[in-house]
Amino acid sequence: MIDLSIGEEYEALRKTVEEFAREEVAPVIGGFYEREEFPYDLIAKMGRMGLFGLPISEEYGGMGGDYFALCLALEELARVDSSVAITLEAGVSLGAMPVYRFGSASQKETWLPALCRGDRLAAFGLTEPGGGSDAGATKTTARLEGDAWVINGSKSFITNSGTDITSMVTVTAVTGQAEGGRKEISAIIVPSGTPGFGVEKKYSKVGWNASDTHGLSFSDCRVPEGNLLGERGRGYAQFLSILDEGRVAIAALSVGLAQGCVDESLRYAHEREAFGHNIGHYQAIQFKIAEMETRTHTARLSYYAAAAKMLRGEPFKKEAAIAKLVCSEAAMDNARDATQIFGGYGFMNEYPVGRFYRDAKILEIGEGTSEVQKMLIARHLGL
Amino acid sequence: MPNIVVLVKQVPDTYSERKLSDGDKTLDRDSADAVLDEINERAVEEALLIKEASEGEVTVLSVGPDRATEAIRKALSMGADKAIHVSDAALHGADVIQTAKVLAAAIGKVDGVDLVIAGNESTDGVAGAVPAILAELLGYPQLTHARKVTVEGSAIKVERETSDGITHLEANLPAVVSVGEKINEPRYPSFKGIMAAKKKPVETLTVADLGLSADEVGLASAWTQVLEASPKPPRQAGQKVADEGDGGVKVAEYLVSQKLI
Ligand SMILES: Cc1cc2nc3c(=O)[nH]c(=O)nc-3n(C[C@H](O)[C@H](O)[C@H](O)COP(=O)(O)OP(=O)(O)OC[C@H]3O[C@@H](n4cnc5c(N)ncnc54)[C@H](O)[C@@H]3O)c2cc1C
Repeated sequence: MIDLSIGEEYEALRKTVEEFAREEVAPVIGGFYEREEFPYDLIAKMGRMGLFGLPISEEYGGMGGDYFALCLALEELARVDSSVAITLEAGVSLGAMPVYRFGSASQKETWLPALCRGDRLAAFGLTEPGGGSDAGATKTTARLEGDAWVINGSKSFITNSGTDITSMVTVTAVTGQAEGGRKEISAIIVPSGTPGFGVEKKYSKVGWNASDTHGLSFSDCRVPEGNLLGERGRGYAQFLSILDEGRVAIAALSVGLAQGCVDESLRYAHEREAFGHNIGHYQAIQFKIAEMETRTHTARLSYYAAAAKMLRGEPFKKEAAIAKLVCSEAAMDNARDATQIFGGYGFMNEYPVGRFYRDAKILEIGEGTSEVQKMLIARHLGL
Repeated sequence: MPNIVVLVKQVPDTYSERKLSDGDKTLDRDSADAVLDEINERAVEEALLIKEASEGEVTVLSVGPDRATEAIRKALSMGADKAIHVSDAALHGADVIQTAKVLAAAIGKVDGVDLVIAGNESTDGVAGAVPAILAELLGYPQLTHARKVTVEGSAIKVERETSDGITHLEANLPAVVSVGEKINEPRYPSFKGIMAAKKKPVETLTVADLGLSADEVGLASAWTQVLEASPKPPRQAGQKVADEGDGGVKVAEYLVSQKLI
């Protein structure tokens, strides 16, 4: 039979991050969220634990682990808070991984060690004001002038792009025309602080309030020709593969939120009294929590399955899309139920479930909306 | 290059409900999650800091049942180099003196020990006696209740914190140090550390391996034994003081009656 146990070292990592989230994140994150403040100290501590280098080889300052290790860390963090989890997710799977997967030796040496330590953060700029789902419709352009790329255009909703420790953003841009008149899209590294690279003021968001999200603008922004990441014209294919991995990571993060809803609801069901009993005495509450637990469990299996295929080096595009779809919906459904179980307190920002409610919705949108996941699954089935 | 031995103990997680077994009133180890005692994490951290400043080697030593390997693994994944685990059914119910004897014998197995670091007291037994007894048995100076430790060549300096103030202690190595809550913030193990820990040597010893006999160590020959245990009384509801202009006075009177002010 198949073995679904995760192995001793993974379990030790999971426990370590669980402890970190409980002892370091939980006591302070509410305040950062309320103040919409980026938690630099927590991020630095996560860096010292090596979380930002989990799937990256020791050669570049990483932990020599794999993507599943990252997923477990994301799940445990998101059980307590999604802002720090998405900072890690975007920092690693969108920020560092494109360089790690497609960068030249010198690009890896330049950027990865500080990213792995969590001293610096990187971002990935794909989405534009005109559209995210249809990433091929990119309007941002980069033209080669002498030995420099000159970038013009804008990007929307870019995570980790404007912190004090952001070192660079990888942006996708049209670099010419491919055969058959299609756009040639490439990925280019833009270091923070490059003249012509503007970081707009941060968004006022419904959730993820202690994470960093900005719009970006590029006007005649010049970077060296050598900042091209991977092959010219391969930008589109590259980010599609980065997004496949990222979906499994977002799925793991979603399961963490779903689990956090179960944890909190279970505790509250024992504590809160109504009509002479703990509310957990009532079947309406029991069934809700049973459903939440079921969703969390099945969602977790779906991301484990996708991660297992990924690590075996098999195609996992469909499994990643299924995991992202199932897990983000589990998170959203659990957040709604948990908030209901908490009654009025569930609507208060000071309770974790209030944060879970606000943080869940984006999971059905970011790194490919639920509709996009369904399109991918259907395409995979030959439709 | 100090050769350091850190004493570590696996204890029930303070986050879970802890209880004693009904029969012999020893710790019911199955009733709660077991973790590396937090004060021992600080002891390990201090050893690692000393090692990182001046090299050397860190050995963790634990006396405890088989499952204490998890606590040992954690110490190794934080960065300790190797471990000794004394595990023997005969140790069931051992008291502080017996435990210290076993520890002293195990420390005797390590070549050229310069420094033994322990926590002041464990979060389960809370006797706070083992470091002092151990120092006595080893014939080493004891520098207990440390909140700061400095090793300079063959000398060690410690700031000891008591309710009366800070005492500055100095001794020659080898010595026994026990650390308190304020000593440091222990690191979380990294994944690299976790992977490396798997390959680090753990020597498992029995009481006989240490040249001790089983009847010297267990519950039967212990100097102290727990006879009775009762759960903490449930928390009482707070007392309300209605403020009718004299609220402040009433609160003060209450505090005086409780000998709090
Ligand atoms: C907080 C936050 C952080 C983000 N971080 C990043 C980041 O770091 N980097 C980055 O590049 N982007 C980031 N994004 C952007 C995110 O990935 C996009 O918002 C997302 O992909 C959707 O794109 P869109 O907003 O343009 O919606 P649109 O693409 O305009 O879609 C609008 C709606 O139409 C639906 N739709 C679109 N096409 C179809 C179709 N063919 N069939 C059926 N339905 C369709 C969509 O599912 C959606 O419901 C972030 C967004 C947020 C809110």
